[in-house]
Amino acid sequence: MNLQFNDEQMTECKRLVARYPEGKQKSAVLPVLHLAQDSFGGWLSTEAMDYVAQILNIEPIEVYEVATFYSMYNLKPVGKYVFEVCQTGPCMISGSDNIIQYIQQKLSIQPGETTQDGLFTLKLVECLGACGYAPMMQVGKIYREHLTKEKVDAIIAEYTQQAAHQQ
Amino acid sequence: MGVKLLLEKAHIPGIRSYDVYRREGGYRAVEKALKEMNPESIVEEVKKSGLRGRGGAGFPAGMKWSFIAKPEGVPRHLVCNADESEPGTFKDRYLMEFLPHLLIEGLIVSSFALGSNDTYIYIRGEYAWITNILETAIDEAKANGWLGKNILGTGFDCNIHVQRGAGAYICGEETALIESLEGKRGNPRIKPPFPAIQGLWQRPTVVNNVETLAAVVPIINMGGDEYAKIGVGRSTGTKLISACGNINKPGVYEIDMTISVEDFIYSDEYCGGIANGKKLKACIPGGSSVPILPANLLLKTAKGETRYMNYESLSDGGFATGSMMGSGGFIVLDEDQCIVKNTYTLARFYRHESCGQCSPCREGTGWMEKILQKIETGKGTSSDIDLLWDIQRKIEGNTICPLGDAAAWPVAAAIRHFRDEFEWHIQHPEEAQIRNFGLQHYADPIHVPA
Repeated sequence: MNLQFNDEQMTECKRLVARYPEGKQKSAVLPVLHLAQDSFGGWLSTEAMDYVAQILNIEPIEVYEVATFYSMYNLKPVGKYVFEVCQTGPCMISGSDNIIQYIQQKLSIQPGETTQDGLFTLKLVECLGACGYAPMMQVGKIYREHLTKEKVDAIIAEYTQQAAHQQ
Repeated sequence: MGVKLLLEKAHIPGIRSYDVYRREGGYRAVEKALKEMNPESIVEEVKKSGLRGRGGAGFPAGMKWSFIAKPEGVPRHLVCNADESEPGTFKDRYLMEFLPHLLIEGLIVSSFALGSNDTYIYIRGEYAWITNILETAIDEAKANGWLGKNILGTGFDCNIHVQRGAGAYICGEETALIESLEGKRGNPRIKPPFPAIQGLWQRPTVVNNVETLAAVVPIINMGGDEYAKIGVGRSTGTKLISACGNINKPGVYEIDMTISVEDFIYSDEYCGGIANGKKLKACIPGGSSVPILPANLLLKTAKGETRYMNYESLSDGGFATGSMMGSGGFIVLDEDQCIVKNTYTLARFYRHESCGQCSPCREGTGWMEKILQKIETGKGTSSDIDLLWDIQRKIEGNTICPLGDAAAWPVAAAIRHFRDEFEWHIQHPEEAQIRNFGLQHYADPIHVPA
């Protein structure tokens, strides 16, 4: 197998597994899948899921059925920055439709698509528990709240710049 | 200003850190509980307090605790439900983000009362930064002797672990949460057996909401009887309300359940009135699954009495003319909002979140979403409203877990109180794309389908 956790990731993986009683290591599948997704380019390939199964000493199917159930796991490649915009009731009545439309226009992509340069993916998601700070989106592990068109412009500029610096 | 038991110290600079929290009187409840009380007397205090589950169901917490089985040699577990996912609800997030040690303190006392040596916090996966805040607080508590082995020399061992979910509303249902903690899909279990008998890894387990467990701290500090004096009737203590939608001051507020709904919406201390000088049209007072109420029924009950922000008053009139306290997710809609569209987004939410185990919910939520989308986009027909009514009725009460009910109630209530708006959408498909129905309901009597 080509995919493997490095030493630091493996230490974190062991910490996650150690939270559960002896023989209950399957309980760690959700956190270890998060770790795998963060470590292997933001999505879970079959190879990545098989690797998690091997580490936890469970059948691959036990990992697949979990990975396909929870919405935070990406089962195909995504852009470097994923804009997960909330569209549920409270965000909708606070204007999320306009924000979604604006992002589509600005990035020239539809929900579910990634920009050609591979930087941005737009994903429409259901309630993220930020209803009082709506409209909002999640980018990686951060919430970006009280969105306006100007704020969206600034966020896109910020990540474009960040990506350019990293190259 | 109302009584504040949970958020009283939320604004003290540095309260998130152990040192400041301790200096402000933190961890006194652990000292009192572990040194001066025993597990039975703690359960007794919680019973006396009248504390009801703050996650949405409102079941008496002390009674839930007293159900836990204690077979010889089998470990027991306390699990904290931090999977806050009900649209409109963001109170637990606020509490964990700003007062992590309050939750940890409540967890230690509750773990002692229930005999849990390994306690788990199951937090929704998106709250990744809060997971870090909680883990830091746990490390600090451990470094200061409040967690780990032989706490305060009492012989009680306790560790707290945080597990992130991965995006599934259903995992807020306690048996789905347990399945998820075991590393499986979040499919709710058939009850009985209840978690108190066979829960996590088939061991006796209690699952409580974040706010419920934090409330244990003031209950221990002041005593159950004193806590029960706050509030009214069976709505004792304080409740966190997360207010959102078209109001001037969205946010998390602690109320003592004697305030009227009207004061809560219009006073400057709380929501500060409807934003942009608009009129109030409707409100979903307890998270997206509870019945929506039009303004007139929200502020006054069908009998014309003032409605208050507590369990009994919000449900006065049953589902015909009342609603529920639920999780405290208070969603306010102004005169410009479209009830059909709002109901459609909620139906889409429940279709997305149905685990797919029970046919009425798996199929019914999809049907409701499609029909509502059809009406919203101007393609509805006159039989669609009755069809929607029929489908929601066939979901309610026919599923393993309450998600089916949670999906059915918003649709039922929207039709019950706003049928004329649905009819207008169907009769004026083109106009409905350009403008909203507004406040025209108030010229009409309230519709209650037979």
